[in-house]
Amino acid sequence: MMEESIVYSYRPLLAILCPATAAILILLSSKRPNVRESWTIIAGILQFALVASMIPTILNEGVIKCTFFPTMFEGIAFGFKVDAFGLIFALTASFLWILVSFYSIGYMRSLKEHAQTRYYFCFAIAIFGAIGVALSANLLSMFIFFEILTVSTYPLVIHDQSKEAISAGRKYFAYLLTAGVFLLFAIMMTYYLTGTTDFTNGGIKALAELGPAYKLTMVILFFCFLLGFMKAAWMPFHSWLPTAMIAPTPVSALLHAVAVVKAGVFGIVRIVCYIYGVDLMTSLGLGLALACIAGFTMIVANLFAIAQDNLKKRLAYSTINQLSYIILGAGLLTTEGIRGAMIHIPFHGFMKITLFLCAGAIMVATGKKNISEMGGVGKTMPVTMLAFTITAFGMCGIPPACGFISKWFLCQGALQAGEIVFLFVLLIASFLDVVYFFPIIHTAFFKKPEGVAEEVEVRVKEAPLFMLVPLSITAIFSVIFFLDFILGLNIISMYFYKLVEIAVGNVVP
Amino acid sequence: MIVTAHFPVLVIVISMLSAFTILIAGRWNKKTCLPISIATISVQLFMAFFILNQVFTRGTIHYRLGGWAPPWGIEYVIDAFNAYVLVIVLFICLLTAIYAKRSIEREQPHRIVPFYVVFQLLITGLCGITVTGDIFNLYVFLEIASLAAYALIAVAGGRALKASYNYVIMGSIGACFYLLGAGFLYAVTGSLNMADLSHLLPPLYESKVVQAAFVFFVVGLSIKMALFPLHIWQPDAYTYAPSVVTVIIAAAMSKVSIYAFIRVFFSVFTTDFIRIYVPIATAISWIAAIAIIVGSVIAIMQSNLKRMLAYSSVSQVGYIVLGVGLYSTQWGLHGALIHILNHAITKGCLFIVAGAIIYRCGLWNIRDFEGLGKKMPYTCAAFTLAALSMIGIPPSVGFITKLCLLAASLEATEYVFVAVILASTLLNLVYFWRVIERMYFVRGEGEEENEIKMGEAPVSMVLPALILASLCIIVGILWLAGAKTPLLPVVDQAVNALLGTGVVAAP
Amino acid sequence: MMEWLIAEIFAKYNYWVSIVLMLIGFYAMIAKGNLIKKVIGLNIFQTAIFLFFISLADIRGGTEPIVSEEIIHMGYVYVNPLPHVLILTAIVVAVATTAVALALVIRMYEEYGTIEEEEIIEKEREMGL
Repeated sequence: MMEESIVYSYRPLLAILCPATAAILILLSSKRPNVRESWTIIAGILQFALVASMIPTILNEGVIKCTFFPTMFEGIAFGFKVDAFGLIFALTASFLWILVSFYSIGYMRSLKEHAQTRYYFCFAIAIFGAIGVALSANLLSMFIFFEILTVSTYPLVIHDQSKEAISAGRKYFAYLLTAGVFLLFAIMMTYYLTGTTDFTNGGIKALAELGPAYKLTMVILFFCFLLGFMKAAWMPFHSWLPTAMIAPTPVSALLHAVAVVKAGVFGIVRIVCYIYGVDLMTSLGLGLALACIAGFTMIVANLFAIAQDNLKKRLAYSTINQLSYIILGAGLLTTEGIRGAMIHIPFHGFMKITLFLCAGAIMVATGKKNISEMGGVGKTMPVTMLAFTITAFGMCGIPPACGFISKWFLCQGALQAGEIVFLFVLLIASFLDVVYFFPIIHTAFFKKPEGVAEEVEVRVKEAPLFMLVPLSITAIFSVIFFLDFILGLNIISMYFYKLVEIAVGNVVP
Repeated sequence: MIVTAHFPVLVIVISMLSAFTILIAGRWNKKTCLPISIATISVQLFMAFFILNQVFTRGTIHYRLGGWAPPWGIEYVIDAFNAYVLVIVLFICLLTAIYAKRSIEREQPHRIVPFYVVFQLLITGLCGITVTGDIFNLYVFLEIASLAAYALIAVAGGRALKASYNYVIMGSIGACFYLLGAGFLYAVTGSLNMADLSHLLPPLYESKVVQAAFVFFVVGLSIKMALFPLHIWQPDAYTYAPSVVTVIIAAAMSKVSIYAFIRVFFSVFTTDFIRIYVPIATAISWIAAIAIIVGSVIAIMQSNLKRMLAYSSVSQVGYIVLGVGLYSTQWGLHGALIHILNHAITKGCLFIVAGAIIYRCGLWNIRDFEGLGKKMPYTCAAFTLAALSMIGIPPSVGFITKLCLLAASLEATEYVFVAVILASTLLNLVYFWRVIERMYFVRGEGEEENEIKMGEAPVSMVLPALILASLCIIVGILWLAGAKTPLLPVVDQAVNALLGTGVVAAP
Repeated sequence: MMEWLIAEIFAKYNYWVSIVLMLIGFYAMIAKGNLIKKVIGLNIFQTAIFLFFISLADIRGGTEPIVSEEIIHMGYVYVNPLPHVLILTAIVVAVATTAVALALVIRMYEEYGTIEEEEIIEKEREMGL
């Protein structure tokens, strides 16, 4: 761990204020849809620019700090601290927000959805929460944004307002706010034990120095944290995620593939690497426990996924599985494992969002939600299905999408840890990925649509451009990330590799 | 300078004078009542701020009524705690007065003048309780406030009469207990001045009379502040009183009773007494913990919005008392004092909204709230913010209370209380979210979205709700910012004074 | 034992009287269903406390607390005036409370046609709600 140069700057604050301001402007211009939606886009671009402008400082081994005010609790300040790991998440979320904003416009207008102002407002607040989680300097600040994220996504989940949606919303709230309760307890307990909640490279020293008398306390505390991060949808606390798929597709795409669930795994990695630290985790044997939970989730979630016919639900189980890749990487507690975990956060984000956007595009263009009905979609929507296929390959760990790279790192991490079992778990999970993704591709390209007479001229009927372009961009990026691994240009892959390099360097001595 | 020195007594006197002025002016013209009332409260609020500032910069104010030296004369003593509560109470009263205009015109059109007269008398009583430094004087003001409250609740007629009658009986028992406690103390010390008592009592702590007096005080004031299980008068009174009255008794009057409780607890008796001679802190914490859970659980079962909020108040009083019970920790008493402000803001806002919904739509059953979010967007927004604050979503005020109490419970290593606080979050979520879900998301049968037209309550009712709702967030952030804002230092000073030698240090 | 008890009771009979009165009042307030009887109970309860206060102030052989030359010269003791003052105030409060309570009873009689608590509850149930 080398000395970090600390740069004080208000840029993190400005970056967070972008969506917050946008939210207010959206409310004010609720009567004019065009103005309203342009606020979203302007804020998205501005925010991404601000987040991206922090890259050079971080690449110079620096840390950007912005202490807002010291809180009533001594030793906890409300503030932001941007390090390499936080920036990875922030970059992913803010970049994808721009694309999803465009997509939302296409989706919401095509389906003539109701309550659009509420939708855009809550979306902006949710991003506010997600970026806040990414940039927070300590657990308490993070918790505040965490809860904002939970509350603001509720109206999005039940957007449909049907009975089913409302009960889904209840489930969503019941799980995530209970999680919040555990998290709050864990945070206050950490504060009580150590007098600080700051994210520290290599873990909080005071916690590591508590001694063997506190061993049990620390183990219990860790599981409280883990329960607190139910957003990561680890089994058996996963069932809110498939239920929440009743939300409009852009919501599922951004929030339940990127912002919300990633905030969960982000939190787990933060706890493992920045609160407990690798050494303490190893000595307490918690890494293995975490890896076991993740391994279990990976296999079981995939088995669930195979059984789903609803495309979005299948993708949801796939998300649960992929999130556990990240948890597993963190649980392995090796350089390569953590590297794989960190890099999988943006990579899975880009790939999964493509898949969801494709699902939404199919729904808008054909009105089909179930996989069994999707015969012939590959012919009518070639671009969408091409993007889908590439990223589905990525999910399974097959080039040319970037999923291959993170899995490569994870497998190396498993070897490095000497845990051959987890190598097999990874491989089996990848195999199961193939089992449930390939039938979709097969149905789409090689099956004939149901009930259609022979030899009808196949017409290309894609979703609106507003939707098609974003999903193509994310698919292209998934490939670019892979190419850049070979090319080493960095700029085209948003410096993810470099950032992960630095983050891993910070965390593991 | 001469006038400002008399502010401690003027804050009470002008309120009482304005009550009579309203009575006379109201006979001539009904429309003069409201301006006189608002003007008086504004002046009082200004005085309260002035007093707070003075206390904060120069220390405790001692004011000898009529120039008689204590312990023979009545002394008004104001430290950070009094001033803090005084400002909160008067601020709530001001908003309530604004809110009262339309509400009372609708609900009690024939009793506008008497309403404002009694309203001002109630404020007189509330201010009196907060400024006085004499336990008998406190009794008198407590009864002035209570009598005014009985009358105001009964104004609604019908079931409110029964509610008010029960309140009279229970409240009088409470007041009698308090009086008996004061009598006991007088019997052994010959003094009624709080400062004097806190000096005279320590040698007598072992006396059974003193200990009995303490118990009488605690029980009497517990009835007044509706601490579980002595809360039975409270839900009916809150539910059937006119909307305005509910706001003021729930947000301001309950806070003043709690003030009296804490004052007697720590300033007349001291922490030594509570720690060594009557180890009541643990018992009180447990009662509070039960109150939190039971209040919330009963609230879940209610279908009447006001009644639900009333039971929610039972559990919120539990929060404050839990903080008092954990006084020996760094954040316990802080949590209690912080929650006094937090609960005044939040519950005030919620009851104002409940009243506004009754005013505009005549609805009180939660089941009928469908589509209200569209019909009354601002009112419902205020309700949502306040409800989130009750649940304790950061950065609202409720979150701050939760943090303080959690820190206190962890320090005391009372994990049961930790669990209670956390569980109450979820219980609060259940009963508030039920309402929000109805307001915004559940679709009524056979009604189209576009059919619902906006029909907001009048500005004078929505504005106070919105002010309080935004304060839920702003004050939350101010608390969080801690020492950088003036709020926390005031509470710090108050807590130090309470836990120190007894607030009312001898002159 | 018995003697001690009797001695105790007789020596402090004023306290015992007020305690007995207090319990009578308390009983009436809780157990009586008639609303007026409850108010009477309340009054007995309050009066008991007043008596307690007044008896505190009394000094055997004390005169009325009007301080004059004569009293100072003769070395008379006089009773403590402060409790009397306090109780005067408390009586005012008690009277006001009684007035409010009775007013409420009258209004309830107009509304329900009875002052029995159970009948009122019955009527409320009949009216619905």
